[in-house]
Amino acid sequence: MRRAAALLLTLLALSGAARAESLILSLSKQRITITSSFTGDSIVLFGVIEPDTAAADTVKPHDVVVTVRGPNESFVTWRKERRFGLWINVDSRSFLAAPSYLAVLSNRPPVQIADADTLRQEQAGFANNRLLQRIGSDYADVVAADPFRQAFLRVKQAQGLYVENTAGVDFIAPHVFRAVIPVPGTAPVGTYEVVVKSFVDGALAHRGVLSLDVAKVDFEQAVATAAEYHPWLYGIATMLGALAVGFIANLVFRKD
Amino acid sequence: MTIYLPIAELPVNIFTLLALGIAVGFISGMFGVGGGFLMTPLLIFLGVPPAVAVASVSTHMAASSFSGTLTYLRRGLVDVHLALVLLAGGLTGTLGGVLTFMVLRRYGQLDLVIAITYIALLGTIGTLMVVESLRALLREWRGEQAAVARPGAHPLFLRLPFKMRFRQSHIYVSAIPVVAIGFSIGFLGALMGIGGGFLLVPALIYLLRVPTLTSVATALMLTLVTMAAAIVMHAVLNQTVDAVLGLVLMVGGTIGAQFGSRAGQSMKAENLRLLLGLLVLAVGIRVAVDQATKPADLYAVTIDESAR
Repeated sequence: MRRAAALLLTLLALSGAARAESLILSLSKQRITITSSFTGDSIVLFGVIEPDTAAADTVKPHDVVVTVRGPNESFVTWRKERRFGLWINVDSRSFLAAPSYLAVLSNRPPVQIADADTLRQEQAGFANNRLLQRIGSDYADVVAADPFRQAFLRVKQAQGLYVENTAGVDFIAPHVFRAVIPVPGTAPVGTYEVVVKSFVDGALAHRGVLSLDVAKVDFEQAVATAAEYHPWLYGIATMLGALAVGFIANLVFRKD
Repeated sequence: MTIYLPIAELPVNIFTLLALGIAVGFISGMFGVGGGFLMTPLLIFLGVPPAVAVASVSTHMAASSFSGTLTYLRRGLVDVHLALVLLAGGLTGTLGGVLTFMVLRRYGQLDLVIAITYIALLGTIGTLMVVESLRALLREWRGEQAAVARPGAHPLFLRLPFKMRFRQSHIYVSAIPVVAIGFSIGFLGALMGIGGGFLLVPALIYLLRVPTLTSVATALMLTLVTMAAAIVMHAVLNQTVDAVLGLVLMVGGTIGAQFGSRAGQSMKAENLRLLLGLLVLAVGIRVAVDQATKPADLYAVTIDESAR
């Protein structure tokens, strides 16, 4: 927290310089390292809307929507139905290049921030993120009320990988805000994109993008690398390891 | 205390995993089954991706079956000759099973085929084992003698050509049904993602008339060889073997297997068969109930492997 406070001070000092209104952003850390004791983490995003020096006293109240997207992955959503007394998958939709992690944080519900068209265009708000589905040979997003789309969001939220918080952005001063991005233990590795959009009177005022890395380190990285790049060696070593454990256990527990 | 699994990519409580390993290891040591049909669903329940669960369970099964096999080898209960003949059919069957798996996946509904196979197979074998062992117990309770198997009383399929003598098992039968049993076990094992021990033990007991303890010991050795091969195959083809997950499971599993194999030897063969029958039947009923009850959410999301 002390580091975060220092960061905030630096940001505030920066905002003193004379320039046109702009958005300054910083993350409490740019890299989340996964070690053997990793169970999840949270990242603090700080932002300052630096006022225009010519009209310093007339800063209009801003609304902020923070969207964090994990690396894209393709998913299939299945629907079950009862056939011959058994519940089986009867229908499916493919979601192409959907974010594997999605967090949408805002200072108030997005519907109060801007009109529906603007929100959809800016992909601001949990329901307004584009999710491409394969429909026949075509790729398109469908209406928000589509049951497969809703089910996809619901399942991902239940897994803790999709997060919506309409009070997740705090204004600690009229134009200084802070947002906590929760990263669960099951978060996929890769580069995350943090998009911050500020709105004034229902129109987009500023846009800022940062990136965040989630990576395995040390032992976790060594195991993952070995499994990926030396599969034969890894497989044989694992097999021998398994036999060794079995042998040792047999010796330890040998009674006769 | 949690530990992060590098391939499964999620944190899990280490004590939950250890307890799981010990419990399944106990059962596998006691009955000579790999325990995959119990362990894999439990890991998926903990949130481990199915592909990683299936592959990592094979490391646990290799370790606990090696430990158990050594114990039985020392007591001279393993019929190595029988195991080798079974293995000849088994490895061919595994290949056939893997190919069928791929074809079924292309047409979708693989999950359904697996569930129905589970229900049919576990239900039938479980019921047969329970009925047979209850009959044996009843006979004993009444003080009757068990029917002695006479040389001429062999069923037709055991009198086919290529007869072989398996000294340890006290049988003299055609090699054809032995290889066929090995093939079926390998085929179903690869298709259903299980070691197949719980199928092999009853097949040896009822079809080949191998003594119960020798069946258990020989099945364990077969599980050892197929699982060791499965580890390398999964690591090379799918890269889904989580060594950390496997290590925790196998440490628990080998400890459990030691106590399990002792408990198994101190029990009467009929009781052992009855218990295994009930366990197999229970898992079969569980799968059937799961398929027949309405799921909490009718929708499920999976990662699209084909798009990777």
